Amino acid sequence: MSVIFAAAEAGNTASQVDWSGLLPLIINGASITSIFAGLFFVLGGTLGVLRLPDFFTRLHAAGMTDTLGAELILLGLMIQAGPSQMTLKLLLVGLFLFMTSPTATHAIANAAYQAGLKPMLGNYKAPDPSDIGKET
Amino acid sequence: MEHFMAYANLGAAFFLLISMAMMIGRLLLGPTLYDRLLAVNSFGTKTVLFLCVFCFVIDRPDGVDIALLYSLMNFIATIAVLKFFRYRALDVSLADAHITRDGGES
Repeated sequence: MSVIFAAAEAGNTASQVDWSGLLPLIINGASITSIFAGLFFVLGGTLGVLRLPDFFTRLHAAGMTDTLGAELILLGLMIQAGPSQMTLKLLLVGLFLFMTSPTATHAIANAAYQAGLKPMLGNYKAPDPSDIGKET
Repeated sequence: MEHFMAYANLGAAFFLLISMAMMIGRLLLGPTLYDRLLAVNSFGTKTVLFLCVFCFVIDRPDGVDIALLYSLMNFIATIAVLKFFRYRALDVSLADAHITRDGGES
């Protein structure tokens, strides 16, 4: 950016200003923004998996945020790689993660529900999972 | 600018490693089997992301192939372990399998 300002202050006309440093700046800025937005979601989901009180809430934290965070990180890497073979491979990785991550989350949730694992209900106090069905 | 992007990617890889270590914490202290399976699945997703970012850091494009393979293997492994703990065998035909209800405790 300092190159541009130096050229402008030297009295050149607008057509002679050197814009060659601007495109990498925009590309790298978009890439870093996307990667760190994805890292925010990934770290938030991991913190949720560690701290939330119940299996199904942990599943929600991991399944929701990992899909969006992975796609954002791969999008940032795709912007950084430019049009090349690498971008195609990253697109394939993103496509497979976009397909398989919600499917695996749903499979785990379905298996846990079929095995009799009850979600935590009520007002922040965790009932015993074996007592929920006996009340009615 | 090149060095700056390399350091930014290195920082992203470092935070992904921290996230993987926290996921190992849930894997070790998860009360039920399904918590551990969720931790393993999410750990695999973060491994794929770490491989993709780290092969930008070291500037070798081979790692993305391994990441692609690992993302497929992770999904297959999760489904296989889920099927094993639901039917107590891997060669059960899903047409005549019955659902076992043995609770969620590992």
